[in-house]
Amino acid sequence: MTYSPSPLQLQREEAKRRASRRSTAIALLSTLIFGAVLTVIVVNAQGFSAVRESFFNWHYAQKAFPRIFDGILLNLRVLFIAEFFVLIFGLAIAIARTTTSPVLYPVRLVATIYTDIFRGMPLLLVLFLVGLGIPGLRLSFVPNSAVFLGTIALVLTYSAYVAEVIRAGIEGVNPTQRQAARALGLSHPQTLHHVVLPQAFRNVTPPLLNDLVSLQKDSGLISVLGAVDAIRAAGIETAQSFNFTPYVVAGGLFVLLTIPLTRYTDWLIRRQDRAQKAQGVF
Amino acid sequence: MGNLLEIKNLRKSFGNHLVLDDISLAFPQGSATVVIGASGSGKSTLMRCINLLEELSDGQILLEDADISTYGINLDSVRGKIGSVFQAFNLFPHLTVLENITLAPQLVLKKGKAEATEQALSLLKRFGLEDKADAYPNLLSGGQQQRVAILRAIATEPKVLLLDEVTSALDPVLIAEVLALIAELKADGITMIISTHEMGFAKRIADSVIFLSDGKVCESGRPLQIFENPQTAELKNFLGALHEAGRL
Repeated sequence: MTYSPSPLQLQREEAKRRASRRSTAIALLSTLIFGAVLTVIVVNAQGFSAVRESFFNWHYAQKAFPRIFDGILLNLRVLFIAEFFVLIFGLAIAIARTTTSPVLYPVRLVATIYTDIFRGMPLLLVLFLVGLGIPGLRLSFVPNSAVFLGTIALVLTYSAYVAEVIRAGIEGVNPTQRQAARALGLSHPQTLHHVVLPQAFRNVTPPLLNDLVSLQKDSGLISVLGAVDAIRAAGIETAQSFNFTPYVVAGGLFVLLTIPLTRYTDWLIRRQDRAQKAQGVF
Repeated sequence: MGNLLEIKNLRKSFGNHLVLDDISLAFPQGSATVVIGASGSGKSTLMRCINLLEELSDGQILLEDADISTYGINLDSVRGKIGSVFQAFNLFPHLTVLENITLAPQLVLKKGKAEATEQALSLLKRFGLEDKADAYPNLLSGGQQQRVAILRAIATEPKVLLLDEVTSALDPVLIAEVLALIAELKADGITMIISTHEMGFAKRIADSVIFLSDGKVCESGRPLQIFENPQTAELKNFLGALHEAGRL
């Protein structure tokens, strides 16, 4: 159906457009002023040229890049393996924590203690305990590699975080959904698989992806065990040249690594908001 | 006609509060029983006891002469034989209309996907919902959602269908849609237990009417007898209140 808007509506729309042009102009101006002030402060700082020389030196950046790039590839490998196991263990722990069967009480207890410990302990500490403690046991079947042990530490810590996020998702599904499924004759596992988990994951995708982004950057911490990842590689380069540019390069690569997932998360949250609005109040 | 479902001396209490008190009822094969009563009279609790969503405090429920209230019975297999529809529809929001209907036949009755889909589509077609097969529930009107919920329940080929205030959340036009569907199922010979506030519908469809008051079966009988010739003061009051509210 087409209609021509009344003069009143045209006037209203014109006023709206004027207001929006005005706020764009203000945003632009304030950004320019803010940027200019910041630049003046930084550039006029006493140590500016020294900092630029030792942190943003193009020569050293180029020289260190291949090695750091190799390092970031290791981070990527660790990341994918860790994410895979974190999602599996996180899901298993979350399901264990939401069971009610008395037979599974010990499982529930272990899962609760596990999340309490690994959510509370600093990742750096877990890395040291696993990376230095496990080799100390001299178990012949455990590979004594910094990458392997570092990945285990990451999985241990992040499984606890991810489990809590998934658990929140499971508990956020309306109990009437479970009831409807049970009334149709679906068994408990069938209800979980076909009705509860799909809705749970939908509800917690944004916080889940947030945890994975966090895991991406924390994969750099395995360098403390001696694994030659991007951070370690940058450290080696720095030690040779006494110039800190390699760290900046590594930092930039980590940021690049996390941006796609971050943008995807934003997009997903926006889409969910829209979907909920389409549903109205429900 | 033999009794498909029988309730013997059913009691249900929540803590010290006795919600259902010594209920004994029989539901013949193919009958439509309407349960009426004020809010809080125990209608919903009775329904939830029959499909074993609530544990009984005492008494027995027999389905085809087998005691389904025995402790430790396989609840899943019993619930598959009792279809339930709720006031709030409770469709699965992440599944399409078609997937909502085919889920239980595939998982519980172990039907193939093709067979389940064909059956679901013919149900949807019969009730004029075939164009909604691929829609998600949140895009449907309340009446459409509730009709889909009823079709979902009968797709598992239950022995008895429980309809718990299925029209209470709907406006009059949508109520008519849903009631027309229920009337057709009644004509199919599906045994139904219906709790409702739609008295006109109860009069038309019920083989027998049960009036619950304070957790007891206060009066029961043919619809004409219940609505035209109430015996107890409770039923007279209830009908009087409905009459005043313009709902009778």
